[in-house]
Amino acid sequence: MAEEEGEVRWDGLCSRDSTTRETALENIRQIIVRKAECLRLVKETPYRPADGLSDAVSLDGLNKLLAHLLMLSKRCPFKDVREKSEFILKSVQELGIRIPRPLGHGPSRFIPEKEILQVGSEDTQMHTLFADSFAALGRLDNITLVMVFHPQYLESFLKTQHYLLQMDGPLPLHYRHYIGIMAAARHQCSYLVNLHVNDFLHVGGDPKWLNGLENAPQKLQNLGELNKVLAHRPWLITKEHIEGLLKAEEHSWSLAELVHAVVLLTHYHSLASFTFGCGISPEIHCDGGHTFRPPSVSNYCICDITNGNHSVDEMQVNSAGNVSVSDSFFEVEALMEKMKQLQECRDEEEASQEEMASRFEIEKRESMFVFSSDDEEVTPARDVSRHFEDTSYGYKDFSRHGMHVPTFRVQDYCWEDHGYSLVNRLYPDVGQLIDEKFHIAYNLTYNTMAMHKDVDTSMLRRAIWNYIHCMFGIRYDDYDYGEINQLLDRSFKVYIKTVVCTPEKVTKRMYDSFWRQFKHSEKVHVNLLLIEARMQAELLYALRAITRYMT
Amino acid sequence: MEKMSRVTTALGGSTLTGRTMHCHLDAPANAISVCRDAAQVVVAGRSIFKIYAIEEEQFVEKLNLRVGRKPSLNLSCADVVWHQMDENLLATAATNGVVVTWNLGRPSRNKQDQLFTEHKRTVNKVCFHPTEAHVLLSGSQDGFMKCFDLRRKDSVSTFSGQSESVRDVQFSIRDYFTFASTFENGNVQLWDIRRPDRCERMFTAHNGPVFCCDWHPEDRGWLATGGRDKMVKVWDMTTHRAKEVHCVQTIASVARVKWRPECRHHLATCSMMVDHNIYVWDVRRPFVPAAMFEEHRDVTTGIAWRHPHDSSFLLSGSKDSTLCQHLFRDASQPVERANPEGLCYGLFGDLAFAAKESLVATESGRKPYTGDRRHPIFFKRKLDPAEPFSGLASSALSVFEMEPGSSSMSWFVDTAERYALAGRPLAELCDHNAKVARELGRNQVAQTWTMLRIIYCSPGLVSTTNLNHSVGKGSSCGLPLMNSFNLKDMAPGLGSETRLDRSKGDARSDTVLLDSSATLITNEDNEETEGSDVPADYLLGDVEGEDDELYLLDPEHAHSEEPEYVLPQEAFPLRHEIVDTPPGPEHLQDKADSPHVSGSEADTASLVPVDSSFSLISVSHALYDSRLPPDFFSALVCDMLRFYAEQGDVQMAVSVLIVLGERVRKDIDEQTQEHWYTSYIDLLQRFCLWNVSNQVVKLSTSRAISCLNQASTTLHVNCSHCKRPMSSRGWVCDRCHHCASMCAVCHHVVKGLFVWCQGCSHGGHLQHIMKWLEGSSHCPAGCGHLCEYS
Repeated sequence: MAEEEGEVRWDGLCSRDSTTRETALENIRQIIVRKAECLRLVKETPYRPADGLSDAVSLDGLNKLLAHLLMLSKRCPFKDVREKSEFILKSVQELGIRIPRPLGHGPSRFIPEKEILQVGSEDTQMHTLFADSFAALGRLDNITLVMVFHPQYLESFLKTQHYLLQMDGPLPLHYRHYIGIMAAARHQCSYLVNLHVNDFLHVGGDPKWLNGLENAPQKLQNLGELNKVLAHRPWLITKEHIEGLLKAEEHSWSLAELVHAVVLLTHYHSLASFTFGCGISPEIHCDGGHTFRPPSVSNYCICDITNGNHSVDEMQVNSAGNVSVSDSFFEVEALMEKMKQLQECRDEEEASQEEMASRFEIEKRESMFVFSSDDEEVTPARDVSRHFEDTSYGYKDFSRHGMHVPTFRVQDYCWEDHGYSLVNRLYPDVGQLIDEKFHIAYNLTYNTMAMHKDVDTSMLRRAIWNYIHCMFGIRYDDYDYGEINQLLDRSFKVYIKTVVCTPEKVTKRMYDSFWRQFKHSEKVHVNLLLIEARMQAELLYALRAITRYMT
Repeated sequence: MEKMSRVTTALGGSTLTGRTMHCHLDAPANAISVCRDAAQVVVAGRSIFKIYAIEEEQFVEKLNLRVGRKPSLNLSCADVVWHQMDENLLATAATNGVVVTWNLGRPSRNKQDQLFTEHKRTVNKVCFHPTEAHVLLSGSQDGFMKCFDLRRKDSVSTFSGQSESVRDVQFSIRDYFTFASTFENGNVQLWDIRRPDRCERMFTAHNGPVFCCDWHPEDRGWLATGGRDKMVKVWDMTTHRAKEVHCVQTIASVARVKWRPECRHHLATCSMMVDHNIYVWDVRRPFVPAAMFEEHRDVTTGIAWRHPHDSSFLLSGSKDSTLCQHLFRDASQPVERANPEGLCYGLFGDLAFAAKESLVATESGRKPYTGDRRHPIFFKRKLDPAEPFSGLASSALSVFEMEPGSSSMSWFVDTAERYALAGRPLAELCDHNAKVARELGRNQVAQTWTMLRIIYCSPGLVSTTNLNHSVGKGSSCGLPLMNSFNLKDMAPGLGSETRLDRSKGDARSDTVLLDSSATLITNEDNEETEGSDVPADYLLGDVEGEDDELYLLDPEHAHSEEPEYVLPQEAFPLRHEIVDTPPGPEHLQDKADSPHVSGSEADTASLVPVDSSFSLISVSHALYDSRLPPDFFSALVCDMLRFYAEQGDVQMAVSVLIVLGERVRKDIDEQTQEHWYTSYIDLLQRFCLWNVSNQVVKLSTSRAISCLNQASTTLHVNCSHCKRPMSSRGWVCDRCHHCASMCAVCHHVVKGLFVWCQGCSHGGHLQHIMKWLEGSSHCPAGCGHLCEYS
């Protein structure tokens, strides 16, 4: 029944031309209204009990459409589409069909909805970004809505992502989305998995692959091992891993394909970090993003429960936050004071060479014990876990398990000199795009800190960046790792560590308990630093292995 | 390493001797530097800091400067430099931001002299002043350059680049006060050492980081820079604005660049990633390195010429933990491996030929090249007599033009444009194409089409009466009467066949063929498109006369011919015989030049015989059509296609392939088809027949071909208002907020076919512009531009 009426085509809505959008919407409206009326007729005729199954199917189909419309009515950058979608929903409701309503509290569970930019109130620069993103993907995802705190970065991010997924490249389109799914599934990030499952099917991917990695081609299965190591222990990547992928007879990867895959894997690993780090809510049109139940039944969504973020929890944190406002105020002051001191005293207090070296080791070692107390094993939701194997393989600290990993010296292999050249050689233009993205993320500053203005935050940003690299064993010769201890307090370290290494364990409590006086936009800024530093660290290890293989 | 030649160079008092050699270091090297006396070299790296003596046969370790209980980061060197005035003075740049000086004259084991810890980040480069004993310059990742006076404890002056990390600093050799610095963001700055407040000059040299620079040792104004964008650029700094005088494109990012002593235009480079070789370039010949050293197994990190007045010894250090001395004489010269000659056919049959001058000199003396038909144009590049350099060859380029008229490829273009390949029933397609071919005077092709129609369409599409009709008429001209005539006449006619279009004298044999084909076709035309203006008058009167008679005879003929069922086989000997007839002498020559150039003129000649033979067969076939399945001919048709393709007429091969589609495709292997398609598409594109080539790509069934169109096509659009590129897709320009693609005539947004002038980027709806241009040649937007549309 649903199929006969023809597929609903959403792509007309991505057009920048309002008349095209209008005709597309009108088509959608007719289809939906027709379906709704069919359904109502079926309901009103009581003597057809045998056809329950097909009813359910058609209802399901209609509900999907309605959910998509709901998404459009909230998240489309074009005003006309938003209004018309809402209108269609209303008219469907008048037919006596239950319509969905969005669940959760805006794009992020951590950031109150009112803090986040509302679609429709953006300025022209942001509108262009939104329109670009919408035109490319047919949606405006929650990640974009959170990242738009930093439009300069967002532009570069979207450009890169668009290039990786949709432009010329060695890998076929469905492979790219599948690799995205594989990478996101490593961190049990159902948000990204859901998004890319849709995209994967949309570009003509084989639905069978989604039943698990073992149903995908051997070539992709081979990538599983690299995905695993890269996500959790990138320092273990050797040139043997690379060789194994490149020399697998008919299943082998070409160098260019491999670089594309590696860039995709690292991109999605770090994007999973962002998703959890900022508590991105499920998309409205995906599972868990909307409900058809009337509002009185439940107040929180399932994901909140699994992460221990009930509203009750929220209350506690809020009250705790209120109590310690004065405390946290001093926190900022103290941090500022420390930065000032470090700036001034650097030349006087001359640490010996041995001490400098040991400071790095100490920081590296300590970073292992920085962990949230609730270290319980979270078993991943079933539908996500089927996309990867070996669920037990997670982040393990190097020396805690008696492994000694030689320190990676940035001065010997760095992104600017070596990584860039290699990527650009094998996957042209992407090196440039990623390089730009790293630069923007590293240099982004508004010279503010919480309520203070005109602050040079470069020292703080460098500390965060180097701390993340330090967790991966990457050392900068010209950095005094003592600074990290001075600038980053424990709760902040816990947050960083969790976001970067085990993002699935991030809770709202962690997000709230660091830097309590800082603005949400600043916390998102921190997250951008985290994901870019993580991506660079993974890339460095993978690219070094490729370089070693090539020489 | 294989060749072990020995070189002795006299340099004033001292002499340099040595051979190509290498020695193993304990750790990867980051930089090397040579002592003034050219007898010692210092190697520095993360965990190595040693001085080696360069002896005649080998490197001998002289001194290890890494002393102390625990190796500190101060010894982890990113760069090292040896003072060119004082043989005891060295400076290193450490990865932790420390600048260290070393005095070899110190009696103790630890030669460390001074320690400057002023930089906050890694120091990338140190450089001594070329004539001043105590001045040291450093450039660091933190974006600052510092000048140290070694007699004082800290820096004399600090220069802030105001941009990103400093990658290289170099004192000018000639200008006492000047130094150059290069930056990670692509800039190069020129500073006066006395003015730390601001740089004298700044310009963007590269896209991405500039890793290195080097002043020319003799030429005051020349600065060579190398960057991550894989380029080496030579700048003339004497003019008001830095001018790029040379540019060398390498295959990997350039990590180091060093001018070669005593050779004004030579410089050595090594790369930072992927490529392990050292190249010596002649900047005037930027495409082929003059010399190449391939000893290293990992990236080369440091290069140095051994002596400032000796051009044959190059030292290098590498990540593979070896130190090498390269002898210029032992270098491999890629020039020698390159093909010294180049040959290319122009679109219209012109031939360009480039070769070493010496080769051409002898050849141009030979007759064929200066023959009467072709006119060579001769270019000669002057050698620079001042430069005694063997690698720099001069070459001559000769262009042979076709005689005007003889080379016209218009038949190709016309055919391509007018052929119908799909969208109509097979019979109509064949007829149409036959007509096109005939109108262009390519009768043999026309006939082939007609025959194809008969072979594949007659039984199914033409009703029996029609069949009889056409068969009757076909046979009327083709039967015995003509046969003998045809055969006899064809052979001698061949040689001159090329001039078919021009020389009326040869038309006789054509007319004969023409008649037969014309009859066939007009008949069909008449049947199917009644009353059309197809050249019915074209028919010769006498043929028409015969027509009626033979028409009556026809049924009998068909029966009487039956015993000669084997006639088709006859085609082969016939064909071979005719093909073997020697074409005209010019063609031999043509073929010798390029046996397989498709679309060359030669094919016209050789095509004729086939067709004549085919015409015979087809006529006889026509008689049995109703009884023979088309499959019977497929082998023959395939042969025919192959033959056309071999003769260079891929157009015919591909067109037939497309028109016949499934009927023959299975008989020709994929690869051959693909090959034909690609060559035809290539030809079409060279003639700018984009539409046709697209159609061919679309109609092709081969996967490899049809995916040609899938490759994404990017269209760059500029806004017609502000003339800047439009970044986003859509109708509105981001910058000036105007609708970009407005029709200049009706002032509405154009959403369909948009045509615009490439000169002023105004345009509009196709129809509107066409209408406008009928009345005026100025731009409808009123910008005053005289628009050109082609």
